[in-house]
Amino acid sequence: MDTATAPPIGPRDVSGIFNDLWGFISTADNWRGSNGIAARTQAHLWISLVAIAIATTLALPPALVLAHLQKAPVISVGIANIGRALPSFAVIALVLPISISLGFGLGFWPTAVALVALGIPPIFTNAYTGVANTPAALRDAARGIGMTSPQVLLKVEIPQAMNVILTGFRISAVQIVATASLGALVGYQCLGSYVIEGLAQPTRARDRLLTGAVLIAAMAMIVDFLINRVEGHLTRWRSRLR
Amino acid sequence: MTAHIHSPGATNPGDAFIWWEWITRRPGEIWERTVEHLQMTVVAVTIGCVISAGLTLIALRFRWTLGPITWIGNLLYTIPSLALFVILIPYTGLGFLTAQIALVSYTIQILVRNMVAGITSVPASVTEAATAIGYRRLHRLWAIELPLAAPTIIAGIRIAAVTVIGLVTITALIGNGGYGAFINDGLSRRFSTPIVLGGGLSILLALGVDALLTALQRIATPWTRPRPRRSDPVT
Repeated sequence: MDTATAPPIGPRDVSGIFNDLWGFISTADNWRGSNGIAARTQAHLWISLVAIAIATTLALPPALVLAHLQKAPVISVGIANIGRALPSFAVIALVLPISISLGFGLGFWPTAVALVALGIPPIFTNAYTGVANTPAALRDAARGIGMTSPQVLLKVEIPQAMNVILTGFRISAVQIVATASLGALVGYQCLGSYVIEGLAQPTRARDRLLTGAVLIAAMAMIVDFLINRVEGHLTRWRSRLR
Repeated sequence: MTAHIHSPGATNPGDAFIWWEWITRRPGEIWERTVEHLQMTVVAVTIGCVISAGLTLIALRFRWTLGPITWIGNLLYTIPSLALFVILIPYTGLGFLTAQIALVSYTIQILVRNMVAGITSVPASVTEAATAIGYRRLHRLWAIELPLAAPTIIAGIRIAAVTVIGLVTITALIGNGGYGAFINDGLSRRFSTPIVLGGGLSILLALGVDALLTALQRIATPWTRPRPRRSDPVT
């Protein structure tokens, strides 16, 4: 599609916006090829999945064990605060100079590393607080009926903290999917590329711009929805208690 | 706007990660960006507080609205900021207004959640006692429930402010940005110093505002003892 002739964005023509969006999405050519919607959606999902998997692997076990042993509360507060204050834009942007100076080039892995860094704090914080806040009576009762220390963690502390743990996982996943779009700034072809290309063009090619934005928003909402469903499913036993 | 950042010869000598001289040469610009960043944060959080207070009042008065209000807040919170900025551009153009609408929409979920939680966690015995000695609904809300809910409400404002400070950097992509302008500049030139500067200052500002609001909460609600340091789950 010839984006150079797309009209500049103005606040007036609202109905044209949907036509632009639909025009871009419904054109079969825009779905094909290495820069097509299909390839970019797949790339976006793939990097998000890899980053979520690595972040979970790195953050979850230490958080659960440290909380179970009631160790390092200061570290957990620190990770929570830094995690919230960390600007995702800066983390992604830093990929560019660091990766180039270390000779890693650009693309998948540098972006994935930044996404992992952003994904760790919510998972760690929630897993830690969820387990650490287990009511003492519950823990004592578990020990009292003869559970070993690992059993207390696996059979009591983690199940009772499951909804908090999954909320952290969901927030982390949504943030990774959202921030993966910024990967386009550091040379990773994903749905964010439409937005970056659109913003970079002098005529503001708003069809690609809007397509990228709507697809990114949709992906984040779908991920949020799916993990919410899992959350509801895994903590169904709670409703039986009430 | 970025013309004065591109001073002639501003390239990194060698491969130093941070070129301190580049930073120390620009106190004026750093101050300017700090003011801009703070301004955007304060405007967004203030507007967010006003809207959220209104929504909280509605949710408390008509309980059936709490579900839909929470749902909409969550929805706005889930939409990635970059996407929301872009979706708004056709309506509000590139600039301050677009950035503000997006930033405010992120604060609502956090603020409404904490405001509702703060007010509803006031013990029933307290509200019943207030009613018994003659407080009307609004008077009771203002004089009894609000002060008791203040720590939770201020905690929400803290989280909202810290979140917004991080998000403001992204608005650099649509022509605003505060410290984000440094990051954008560094990206466009593959030059690490401004990226580290912008990111670092943004973190410092967030931690500073967080500390300030914590102190404010201690002063405003002297009857609450400082809690032992413990992290709260992210929600």
